[in-house]
Amino acid sequence: MSRRILGPFNRVEGDLNITLDFADGKVSAARVTAPLFRGFERILLGREPLDALAIVPRICGICSVSQSVAAANALSALYGISPPPNGLHVRNLVHAVENIADHLSHFYLFFMPDFARADYQSQPWHAGIFARFQAQRGSAVAPMLEARAILMRFMGSLAGHWPHTLCLQPGGVTKVVSAAERVRLQQWLRTFRRYLEQHTFGQPLEAIAALDSAEALAHYRQQAPKADFACFLDIADQLHLHTLGRSYDRFIAADAYAAPDGCWSPAGLWQNGSSQPLALDDISEDNHSSWLAGEGSAAPLHNDTVPLPDKAEGYSWSKAPRIAGAAAETGALARGLLRGENLLCDMVTRDGGNVLSRVVARLTEVARIVPQMEQWLAALQLDDAFQLATPTQPQHSQAIGLTEAARGMLGHWVALDAGRISRYQIIAPTTWNFSPRDSQSLPGPLEKALEGVEASDPQALQVQHIVRSFDPCQVCTTH
Amino acid sequence: MASKNKRLLWLQSGGCGGCTLSLLNAEAPSLFTTLADIGIELIWHPSFAEQSLDEAMQLLQRLANGDEPLDMLCLEGAVMTGAAGRFHLLPDGQAMSTLIEQLARRTSQVIAVGTCAAYGGISAAGDNLTGATGLNHSGNHPGGLLGGDFHAAGGLPVVNISGCPTHPGWVLETLALLASDSLKASDLDPLGRPRFYADKLVHHGCDKNEFYEFKASATAPGQMGCLMEHVGCKGTQAHADCNSRGWNGEGSCLTGGYPCINCTAPDFADPGHGFFSTPQVAGFPVGLPTDMPKAWFVALATLSKSATPARVRQNATRDRITVPPSLPKKNKA
Repeated sequence: MSRRILGPFNRVEGDLNITLDFADGKVSAARVTAPLFRGFERILLGREPLDALAIVPRICGICSVSQSVAAANALSALYGISPPPNGLHVRNLVHAVENIADHLSHFYLFFMPDFARADYQSQPWHAGIFARFQAQRGSAVAPMLEARAILMRFMGSLAGHWPHTLCLQPGGVTKVVSAAERVRLQQWLRTFRRYLEQHTFGQPLEAIAALDSAEALAHYRQQAPKADFACFLDIADQLHLHTLGRSYDRFIAADAYAAPDGCWSPAGLWQNGSSQPLALDDISEDNHSSWLAGEGSAAPLHNDTVPLPDKAEGYSWSKAPRIAGAAAETGALARGLLRGENLLCDMVTRDGGNVLSRVVARLTEVARIVPQMEQWLAALQLDDAFQLATPTQPQHSQAIGLTEAARGMLGHWVALDAGRISRYQIIAPTTWNFSPRDSQSLPGPLEKALEGVEASDPQALQVQHIVRSFDPCQVCTTH
Repeated sequence: MASKNKRLLWLQSGGCGGCTLSLLNAEAPSLFTTLADIGIELIWHPSFAEQSLDEAMQLLQRLANGDEPLDMLCLEGAVMTGAAGRFHLLPDGQAMSTLIEQLARRTSQVIAVGTCAAYGGISAAGDNLTGATGLNHSGNHPGGLLGGDFHAAGGLPVVNISGCPTHPGWVLETLALLASDSLKASDLDPLGRPRFYADKLVHHGCDKNEFYEFKASATAPGQMGCLMEHVGCKGTQAHADCNSRGWNGEGSCLTGGYPCINCTAPDFADPGHGFFSTPQVAGFPVGLPTDMPKAWFVALATLSKSATPARVRQNATRDRITVPPSLPKKNKA
């Protein structure tokens, strides 16, 4: 057996190292290390509850609104209020913009440049992919960034700026939308839709959302061969990406995009081909392999964050979240399965969660949510309230705030003592996906997905494709 | 313009990556086009570089050893100095803080991008047991990783583009000035911030200035009135041009309806009070504009409150204009 430590992984958010054990040319075990720790759960202690709104977005520059949504949801529960419909719609718009921007940045800037690398020079498709997706210089990069910047104008208009807005409050949002502003927002969204339909998909968004099987996806590839999504599907076919990076096939998601008539994306646990309700009481954190005090598993509201950098069993700053003692994968694929989307259910039934299905889930989610944003914009009742006043005193002393970041389920567990934050525990999506082993030695989802990979060179791009297919956000992981 | 491209290395340590993500918001032209236009070659950035793993480590080591030239170093995020650097380790077990120091001492120009890299920022808030600090400031005090008297080989101290996050314009305009060797020590304020944006106050150009003039105050975020008296706004003390420059096309914290928390200041994350409240003594805010005598503020505030038009007073506590400005008599129906 040989052992190699790999890092730093580029084109991920934050810092990541991975230790791989090899036997007989295959990965026999993987250990995922989150090497950076800042300690937000401690920075929050002793503060007034509403101060969480200023602190938690700064956990992450790539999904800061998601952190705000989780905190605002927890504070809504603490104060016993909920936003009016306009507040929910604006919150959803801002949140959707962030998640779409994440998906596009991942696809164009983080994931696709690997296929432009010289390692694939002998492939017949390489020259075209190099021209379009080379890191920084590919022809796809500047138009994507221009379209992204137009979409981000939603943040300037509705949220003041991005990242790190304070506009999301427990009672709604601090920004009222006027009729003239709605016209501007609609125009920006139309501009962004045109970009997607021209470059990313080569077809109307509704046609992408209607893809309902692996056969339909293959047919789409023939119809829009020049679209960036189709280019990826071609490569995926040639490199058999559907056989790469399978993990536990157990998927977890939280409610997201709450609207007056229910959530656009429902919570649940998907395993063995069917979904069941999400039991929050079953969620625990295990500090066994973390450079943190504590051995066994504990409910988040009973867990602490006390650094022990010299802990012998430790190999990551990340904790190991578990549901009913099991590791679970979270992300766009989990959301799509729990929304019951036929294409993703078909793909996962055939080949499980893998590099291909994770990327397909992200891009098809973009195609689905832009039309939904058009509806949220239209649903604003401009003469009505966007926010209810926050009561002066919290009504409860503990609460949970959940949502979905681009990368999956995000939870904030908050407890107060004498009106101040006495505990604030966060489980971020990549904490689920990139968790280390727990006290039962159970590997986390990425650790599991890397097991068995055939790679003569530990630095092989297959390993990197698997890692990046989860779109890791390491600054969230340890926070 | 410089005759030859400057080689820029961008590293991240104890931060959130938000300054990089904000940089991606650059418009007209977009980020990589702008860098090429201003004569900068981005030789490695964790989010955008082609090279990964051993290839990346070897490049970083060559740069740190001086085997390959480096003109500019940008650090995003605080330096983690606690527990002998264990709060941020490289894959070879070396402390990230060691690599940052080696590189900073070899590079012509050192740039701290964001309040974390400049002063410690949010990463240094609270009990700071991770020992998070800035490159050559720790909070308000000179020092940090490199020492308060540090000057890079090019002659400038660390250029502190503070802000949480930084505006893409602040970063790209500073880099353009540095790339053409046209940023002088006198162009930095006493906290090392480029004066082109730090000599302005967030208060300048604020949408709510009429409410400020009449001390017509909001009582909660989302109301139209001035947020200074009750809601914690520090726009009159915060050094930045947020309301004259605009974020994401047109925004600012104030146009978004919430207070400025002075995120370009070294100690913004530990204000000593709630972010959404204003400490008061005898009914007047403690944190007054820094260059205004308190007695004058009190006198003017009392006078202006007595002269507040009904329109301004009423709109101040509403979330939208309910009373429009009146027309001259000759225009009335």
